[in-house]
Amino acid sequence: MIITKKKPMEEIDEMIKPFPKLFIVGCGTCSTSCMTGGEEQVQEMAERLGDRVIGTKVVEDPCDIRINKRDLRQYKKEIAEADAILVMSCGVGVQTIGDYANKVVLPASDTLFIGETERLGIFHDRCKACGECILDETGGICPITRCSKGLLNGPCGGQVNGKCEVGNYEEDCAWVQIYDRLKEQNRLDLFTIFRPPRDNSKKILMFHHKTR
Amino acid sequence: MNINRPAYSNLVKDIKAGKFVLTGELEPEKVTSIDEVLESARAMKPYVIAANVTDNPLAYAYMNSLIPSWKIQEEVGLEAVYQMTIRDRNRLAIVSDVLAAQYLGIKNILAISGDHTVLGDNKGAQSVYDIDSAQFTYLLHKMIDEGVDLAGNEIHGKVEINVGIAGNPNADPLMPEVLKIGRKTKLGADFIQTQTMFDIEKTKTFLKEVEKYKCPVLIGIFPLKGYGIADFFDKYIPGVSVPPELMAAMKKAKDEPDKKKRHEKYDEVNIEFFGPFIDEIKKTTSAAGIHVMAVLYERIFDPLLEHF
Repeated sequence: MIITKKKPMEEIDEMIKPFPKLFIVGCGTCSTSCMTGGEEQVQEMAERLGDRVIGTKVVEDPCDIRINKRDLRQYKKEIAEADAILVMSCGVGVQTIGDYANKVVLPASDTLFIGETERLGIFHDRCKACGECILDETGGICPITRCSKGLLNGPCGGQVNGKCEVGNYEEDCAWVQIYDRLKEQNRLDLFTIFRPPRDNSKKILMFHHKTR
Repeated sequence: MNINRPAYSNLVKDIKAGKFVLTGELEPEKVTSIDEVLESARAMKPYVIAANVTDNPLAYAYMNSLIPSWKIQEEVGLEAVYQMTIRDRNRLAIVSDVLAAQYLGIKNILAISGDHTVLGDNKGAQSVYDIDSAQFTYLLHKMIDEGVDLAGNEIHGKVEINVGIAGNPNADPLMPEVLKIGRKTKLGADFIQTQTMFDIEKTKTFLKEVEKYKCPVLIGIFPLKGYGIADFFDKYIPGVSVPPELMAAMKKAKDEPDKKKRHEKYDEVNIEFFGPFIDEIKKTTSAAGIHVMAVLYERIFDPLLEHF
């Protein structure tokens, strides 16, 4: 899931200043789970912003242009009248809404990461979408994401009691976790292999993905 | 060491000759002069075979380490261990700096990750980490032993440099660190220099664990110039704690009001602690030597190291 955090209200107030009429779009998927763009949050935002809001809609998947077409069809008039659309979703949703509506789009959230949900409101960064998954080799723990240096051949030596030097030794060292996991699985041979440098051009040139 | 590389540096020549080697440490700071570094280099030269020149330690933006490395060789005649982090360089920048280092006559590189930028004095900086220190060791192997870069592009001219890597015997748990060192030694490390050690038992355990990799180890020590630095080390250097008895002795020395006498007392405390520590390592372990990180504390070299 894409994890988002609501921007501070002062920032949103500043951002919307030039736009007297707003349409608000929420997200029925990830941002609903994050409680940053579900029905409740969209209503709260509409009440907070008052008369300038001329319409709202929680789109099931604002990151999907087809779903936007489907869910926003009946709001065409309001959207045309709005000076900007405040989008309460991740950055992908904001851009897709912009592509769909051809309007000024304003992000109400900051997009944090692709995360694991532990429980309501507790999320963990788990995937950097690097384009070359090696979780089979690392005991199902991603060093690109969970090692603060993103090392493929860790640990770096900065761990203390299994905790990372980044963040006041509060976060687990991913490479110690990988070691523990592989040891438990009796697969420590995978720990000792050398992983050569990545070909970063593959990811850099991955602008689009087409399956057909 | 699994790659049979010639000894290019005096440091590695001495190690191969079976000598117990001593290396020092120099730290160029946020300065535009290297006079202080040169002065320190002159002061430590009689006691050490080479000196590391640190590369933005603790992610503080300091003068680059290549120029001072070159200058201590040219002006002082002290061999440098040019420290290079991959925190601040991608693979292109590394190749550039290694080529320049070869041109300048650098004979040793210590290939390290570097402390993360969030620990440093420009916390908002983007860390690079295009490659990690194992891949850096591999890149150096490609350049030195095969005359190519990582992409296989030919290097015109020879790179004749020995490669050091870092190890942390304080790491807890230790095994991931040991296995990592094993992984790296196979890629072409000529020597290992460790983090600062105060604990002889941890040092011995580490040496025993990495012995199988047959890569010479220099144990790092950090003589404490004053109580302030001891306290700083104890509180802020990750995984390093100064033994209570040493802290107590430093505190006692600190209470001496006369500056000269205070310095003498600090020196005595260090000699009393590190003298036997070095003796023990030399006599009872397989360590190849000691890396003495006595930055701006060169007066300790003579009384501490004269008999080694």
